[in-house]
Amino acid sequence: MTPPAATPVSLPALAAGTAETAGGQAGALDIVLWVVLPYIALTMFIAGHVWRYRYDKFGWTTRSSQLHESRLLRIGSPLFHFGILVVLLGHIGGLVIPKSWTEAAGISEHTYHVTAVVLGTIAGISTLAGIAILVYRRRTVGPVFMATTRNDKFMYLLLVLAIVLGLVATVAANVVGGGYDYRTTISPWFRGVFFFQPDAALMAGAPVLFQLHALSALALFAAWPFTRLVHMLTAPLGYLTRPYIVYRSRDVQLGSRGPRRGWERV
Amino acid sequence: MRVMAQMAMVMNLDKCIGCHTCSVTCKQAWTNRSGVEYVWFNNVETRPGQGYPRRYEDQETWRGGWELNKRGRLGLKAGSRFKKLITIFSNPKLPALDDYYEPWTYDYETLTNAPLQEHSPVARPKSLITGKDMKISWSANWDDDLGGSPDHGDKDVLLAGIEEKVKFQFEETFMFYLPRICEHCLNPSCAASCPSGAIYKREEDGIVLVDQDRCRGWRMCVTGCPYKKIYFNHRTGKAEKCTFCFPRVEVGLPTVCSETCVGRLRYIGLMLYDADKVLEAASTPDDTGLYEAQREVFLDPNDPEVIAEAEKADIPRDWIEAAQRSPIHALINTYKVALPLHPEYRTMPMVWYIPPLSPVVDVVRDTGYDAEDSGNLFAAIDALRIPVDYLAQLFTAGDPAPVDAVLRRLAAMRSYMRDINLGREPDGSIPAAVGMGEEQMYDMYRLLALAKYDERYVIPPAHAEQAHNLEELATECSLDYEGGPGMGGAGLPGGSGPFGEASGGASPIAVENFQALRDRQTSDSFASPEDKTARVNLLNWDGKGHPEGLFPPESEQRGSSPNTSGGPETSGTGSGGPDAAGGPEHKEDRP
Repeated sequence: MTPPAATPVSLPALAAGTAETAGGQAGALDIVLWVVLPYIALTMFIAGHVWRYRYDKFGWTTRSSQLHESRLLRIGSPLFHFGILVVLLGHIGGLVIPKSWTEAAGISEHTYHVTAVVLGTIAGISTLAGIAILVYRRRTVGPVFMATTRNDKFMYLLLVLAIVLGLVATVAANVVGGGYDYRTTISPWFRGVFFFQPDAALMAGAPVLFQLHALSALALFAAWPFTRLVHMLTAPLGYLTRPYIVYRSRDVQLGSRGPRRGWERV
Repeated sequence: MRVMAQMAMVMNLDKCIGCHTCSVTCKQAWTNRSGVEYVWFNNVETRPGQGYPRRYEDQETWRGGWELNKRGRLGLKAGSRFKKLITIFSNPKLPALDDYYEPWTYDYETLTNAPLQEHSPVARPKSLITGKDMKISWSANWDDDLGGSPDHGDKDVLLAGIEEKVKFQFEETFMFYLPRICEHCLNPSCAASCPSGAIYKREEDGIVLVDQDRCRGWRMCVTGCPYKKIYFNHRTGKAEKCTFCFPRVEVGLPTVCSETCVGRLRYIGLMLYDADKVLEAASTPDDTGLYEAQREVFLDPNDPEVIAEAEKADIPRDWIEAAQRSPIHALINTYKVALPLHPEYRTMPMVWYIPPLSPVVDVVRDTGYDAEDSGNLFAAIDALRIPVDYLAQLFTAGDPAPVDAVLRRLAAMRSYMRDINLGREPDGSIPAAVGMGEEQMYDMYRLLALAKYDERYVIPPAHAEQAHNLEELATECSLDYEGGPGMGGAGLPGGSGPFGEASGGASPIAVENFQALRDRQTSDSFASPEDKTARVNLLNWDGKGHPEGLFPPESEQRGSSPNTSGGPETSGTGSGGPDAAGGPEHKEDRP
């Protein structure tokens, strides 16, 4: 079977998915793309974070550049971050929660669809605008550009790619095309990954843009633990509940050597 | 009552000559790295002046510290926790690098590399942030000694309201220096602002530290600290702050800034305080009541009840004794001459200041009167409202009465001691006029004028027996030894363990270093004391050849030994592993 991406097709066709693959059998390439790759990405995501936390706690930071410039950051950063948080919520709503649940709750497909498209587009565009401002700032403000590492540039590339592809897929499917119900294909596949029963055929039938978006997201997740994006996992929600002043005893280990193994000499 | 111990500092501003030695040595020790070029854990400001960063005291702009809300409860001035999280993506109140200064270096290389030319080459300033040429327009102490004050002298936050009079009267005469470090507050608003909980106050000595492994660079602490003593490392993306030189303090040495202070104006010691009363004191309704409220939080270390409670709280006996001898306790509570910096920020700061009497003395002397006569000085303190008002803005939230009282005590000490120094009959009425006894006044004079190293710095070492499994820790046997090394401790410099030379394991590097430092500081000679074995520092040895003193001198020439002249054996032809080369044979060859 030829991979859908190889066939030149018009935009509506891209958005609607290729009919012949929908619900068909999954080829070897599909297995690699939609079964093997997700687990590689997931493994890298989890193991990478564990590794990074154990070996590079010191590097686990936002690496904020606000000290150098805050006029553009004040607009771009909240725009991006709040946008991406809404996008995240949207993905949870669309991918994690099964269609049957929302329907059981009395939300019709149409209501869901309209809400998702409107909210998703707004959030997506503000995310994109935010990151555009941030990338512009990074390139044009001297000190910020100086503080940008190769790792950052690579991360920005992956991030922008995933965002743009996601937005294009949504817009193409809903505005240009007649709408695409990913909750019957992509969502079950996504959940299947976590139940260790991913159905590659479901994804193989999805529109190319959605496929590309998923692949770019997998790449992003795989690279995630090795970039500054790690700061997301330590979002300081605990701040809302902890006491204001933290007291700690002196470090147990002050020296360069750790405590000896075995019985403690008293 | 919940007794806690706090390491605190008092600075006697009359003695500060503004030499910046403290700043420079602190920078050498702690912030001589890229990413923190603009960071001064210790800085010295000229007052009146803007301070560092510029106008940091303007809390209506920077929103640092605490404030009482409408219900009279204490909350962060920058907003609630929720507001902080909402604004986490772009902190609205973060000072920019411009508010500090853009750090720079000079292109010194052109001075030597430039080709022959008509004009002599110039070392241009290069920004340490962008690496490009830059125009220097500000720095950490640009307004040092009132430099440029006609242009920006009125930007001092504290001058709002009295600026008119300042221009007329004391621009030339009224000036003093204010060295500042982190206040290690009892109620630190930086710690309260930290979303990650990375900033903590140490239970043992109250030093406020940033856990570099937990800091995520959310930048809220920079806003939260009203003294702007938390700095953001723009390379690592982490907050850094003054550490009260905890590695030194833990072994009983004073901080670097104190150690190197030319004027010997810093005092370090313990304060015992009641942790249960901190919040209540910080919530005192009236700003001007905060100074007294904070003094109420401190406990009298000589009170048997306090001692009993302190022992219950596991404060070691020698710490309690150190608190009793603490110069800080004496200056704050016994003589009442030290005042907190900006108590109105409600953080309960723990670096206090003895306000300078010198502006007053200078004026009296300049007018031709006797500047050491208590009557003249008392009258001048009353007449010179501007210095007093200004000092009150700094130290007592604007209430001139405590500043007045302190200045009178200092003036009284001046004139009382003059009589003694001139061999005249001391006048008991002078101390009495400021509510002090003659003996107390003399003791205060001793502490302020004569105090030696161990009286200025009463620092009990951290207690090792609290954690038996520590390796590299200064234990009491290695640091508090009497009569030389080797008393029970193994492998000390020049000492030996129970089974002869080199038995008992190596002595920890930290112990060795601090031991050596202390020996040097307390010995009468500049060189190493005679009774210490000459040592060689292998930390800097790159393995080539062998530095002098690596091996002990040979008493008799043995000539034929193959190892005496060949350098380290391991650098030979390389047959056999490091074990074979540096192992037992090595030991046998030593005399």
